[in-house]
Amino acid sequence: MCGIVGLFFKNSEMEPELGHHFAPMLETMCSRGPDSAGFAVYDQESREGWFKLSLYHPELGYEWSKVAEGLGAVGFEKVANHVLMEVPEPDGPVLQQMQLRWPEVTVMSAGRRIQIMKDMGTPQEVVERFGVRGMRGSHAIGHTRMATESAVTTAGSHPFSTGMDVCLVHNGSLSNHNRLRLNLEREGMVFHTENDTEVAAGYLAWRLKQGKSLHDALEASLQDLDGFYTFAVGTHDGFAVLRDPVACKPAVMAETEDYVAMASEYRSLAELPGVEKARLWEPEPGVVYSWSR
Amino acid sequence: MMSTIEKRRCAGFDLDVQSVRDLNGALHAAVEPGVWEVINPKGRHALAVGLTLAHEVRIVGHAGYYCAGMNQLAKVVVEGNAGTGVAENMMSGKVHVMGNASQSAGATAHGGLLVIDGDASARCGISMKGINVVVKGSVGHMSAFMGQSGTLVVCGDAGDALGDSLYEAKLFVRGKVASLGADCVEKEMRAEHLVLLTRLLQEAGSGAKPEEFRRYGSARKLYHFHSDHVASY
Amino acid sequence: MNPSLRESQLFSRGVIHEIQRAAEEGIYDIRGWGTKKALPHFDDLVFLGASMSRYPLEGYREKCATDVVLGDRFAKKPLHLKIPITIAGMSFGSLSANAKEALGRGASEVGTSTTTGDGGMTVEERGHSDLLVYQYLPSRYGMNPDDLRKADAIEIVLGQGAKPGGGGMLLGQKISDRVAMMRDLPKGIDQRSACRHPDWTGPDDLAIKIEELREITDWEKPIYVKIGASRTYYDVKLAVKSGADVIVLDGMQGGTGATQDVFIEHVGIPTLPALRQAVQALQEMGMHRKVQLIISGGIRSGADVAKALAMGADAVSIGTAALIALGCNHPKWQSDYEKLGSAAGFYDDYQAGNDPAGITTQDPALTARLDPLDGARRLANYLRVLTMETQTLARACGKSHVHNLEPEDLAALTIEAAAMAGVPLAGTDWIPGKGKGM
Repeated sequence: MCGIVGLFFKNSEMEPELGHHFAPMLETMCSRGPDSAGFAVYDQESREGWFKLSLYHPELGYEWSKVAEGLGAVGFEKVANHVLMEVPEPDGPVLQQMQLRWPEVTVMSAGRRIQIMKDMGTPQEVVERFGVRGMRGSHAIGHTRMATESAVTTAGSHPFSTGMDVCLVHNGSLSNHNRLRLNLEREGMVFHTENDTEVAAGYLAWRLKQGKSLHDALEASLQDLDGFYTFAVGTHDGFAVLRDPVACKPAVMAETEDYVAMASEYRSLAELPGVEKARLWEPEPGVVYSWSR
Repeated sequence: MMSTIEKRRCAGFDLDVQSVRDLNGALHAAVEPGVWEVINPKGRHALAVGLTLAHEVRIVGHAGYYCAGMNQLAKVVVEGNAGTGVAENMMSGKVHVMGNASQSAGATAHGGLLVIDGDASARCGISMKGINVVVKGSVGHMSAFMGQSGTLVVCGDAGDALGDSLYEAKLFVRGKVASLGADCVEKEMRAEHLVLLTRLLQEAGSGAKPEEFRRYGSARKLYHFHSDHVASY
Repeated sequence: MNPSLRESQLFSRGVIHEIQRAAEEGIYDIRGWGTKKALPHFDDLVFLGASMSRYPLEGYREKCATDVVLGDRFAKKPLHLKIPITIAGMSFGSLSANAKEALGRGASEVGTSTTTGDGGMTVEERGHSDLLVYQYLPSRYGMNPDDLRKADAIEIVLGQGAKPGGGGMLLGQKISDRVAMMRDLPKGIDQRSACRHPDWTGPDDLAIKIEELREITDWEKPIYVKIGASRTYYDVKLAVKSGADVIVLDGMQGGTGATQDVFIEHVGIPTLPALRQAVQALQEMGMHRKVQLIISGGIRSGADVAKALAMGADAVSIGTAALIALGCNHPKWQSDYEKLGSAAGFYDDYQAGNDPAGITTQDPALTARLDPLDGARRLANYLRVLTMETQTLARACGKSHVHNLEPEDLAALTIEAAAMAGVPLAGTDWIPGKGKGM
């Protein structure tokens, strides 16, 4: 049970201000999720043929240079217990290699633009730890967690990566994720936590792998995921929002000429520039909303 | 002798400076009704809740959850949107939302009038117990779910499953109804209904014409369990 | 009967009868009371009385205190109870006004609290209960802010041990004029209460609801959160995170006024494991004793009370046992029970509204059978016995306060109870499953 937020700039001139506007959105959702927080930021695209990795190891002193070297990265940027690096050769092989060579390292995200960071602690602490306020980018989604059934861990924090440049945050509680996890594992998907949201993310990744569009994958989830949920999904060039048909978990959207934003509660939108003149509405149940540019 | 207006204590609250507790504490401590203005609400929750006097409270901006919850006698105006459960369990008085209202507006309320100038989302008037709700825009799905008594007037459209498991609440909708819930049926609009509707539209300041509305109510088939209706449970 | 006849274990006579009944009536079996299954319970635990390694206290002479404070985490006015035994939520509607009055008088006499139910607060129970907990339920029947302010504490009900995940039910026979008026419902209809609250879902939104209730009552009143035992470990943690002052945990053996038999017998976990999980959750959060825990579901004797406290509860709550103390299932009504096809000791048709003892009914002739003063005296006597029994056991374990009982004062008689209660099997240091978390 949680707070979720998303901010997507339609106006590219605002990109330097992403962290400045996004950090307070996340912090305000502390009361909905004091256990941990996380976010995905979409910034400049990696060089052609290269892609970005966001990696995590719990020990601050972990020796990242060997990993960077092994992956052929040109340097790396350390942010608290995460590192960001650009590596050649996109997709599968690198990730499989990581599992074998550095099983102690968790791949938080992989893609041309995405960077996911998440950790235990209050949203304020996490925002400070990762220097969110100074971040730039075109869009970001974030999550503050009040753990329901699975443990409070960094791995159990959101967002969950669902494939290259795609990630998911969730407010609610799924009721059929255990059976679904088994089915997806049979399909070759790998899960690392008992978390219901990871299953939703895995489900979307599986649908995307089948060649479905994000929109269709979300539509299909209406059939296959049971329980209560509001999802926000980050993609390479946009983001999407979906609420289950019962729609008990809250969501409010704000749109101006410059941006589209979503949050569990209006409070998180209250400090956005020009929000008092924004178009404000609640996403309809069972309807997929998406924006891209 | 002082005039009524002068006697009323007027106070302003800036929620960027003062807390919600300061606001509600002052409203509860007042011995006489007053006129109050609240600025910078910024979606904060539980604004002007549990009032017992005929205060007039103006909230300039958007309110969070449960604004004017359990209101008695007071008149609360939200010059913006209201979050979940605005005027929940209101007993009397008036709550006016000039923007949109979120889920469960007027939930379980026993009395008073709730006016929403914009739209109300899902479950508007859920378990209503006597309140009158006038929504000038549209309402979301499952509105008036288990509505026990009172009136829901919707000048726009109604979402799916309107009036599901309805008891004796009266529903009037001017626009389209996406679908009716279990045990909710369209009913004949009789003279007394037009009188009621006319009065409520007037009190809400709506220009909608009563004769453009259709009336919905309970078929009362679920009042006693019967295995023939098992699909409706 | 022919001695060679062999009854099927699978299709016993009871099962066959239920299939026949369902086929004829086309409706599930609705009844009152709680589960009738044999379940691991407090009976499967024993105390390790003091002898040489520990010293007992002298009965009656050396002090053994029983008082408890509930709700001092955030509330300005916590409840001070003289005994750690409270009366559980039971609605007017389900119970008669006389029964509610008797509960209030009896509980007040011994310095403890009573609780309203689904249907609002009656003048009788407020007037006769020194300390009254006001239940805040999904249906919000009779819910109003005046009564909220009159209450001594507020109990947000998420569920009940007899039916976690289910809503309430009150059949038409019991919806009298007064009940109908209090609930804003037509008289005589079968009333179904919602299973979820109408204006919040989940702990993140519950936190906001609790904030509203605190604001309305100026942060004076303790906020209890009541849950039915199922995923208890998680639910307790979430209740704490949502801001509860007190958690009321109702095990599977908890009673009900009217619920589907399939719910009563097949949903929820017993009181014993639920209590252990709840205490574990509170301890992990560093909130044990800071957020108080009231356990209910099958508390019958001082032994049950003492064992519940030893396992870590701050207080217990009784429902079915309190009704029996008032006179429910009393042999003096045997012929009336027989007319209804039941017998003293078996009567569970609380839903039907024709309780011969005048407790679970709204029929004026029947309700007159329960004299509130007599009922109050009986309840007070019973509560005193429970308290004295609890003290007796606590003193035997060398405790000058009943809250100093510990799990280490207990041993289990069965492997099931040892595993569920987290107490070693008697004579061993073996707790089955220990080391594997919950």
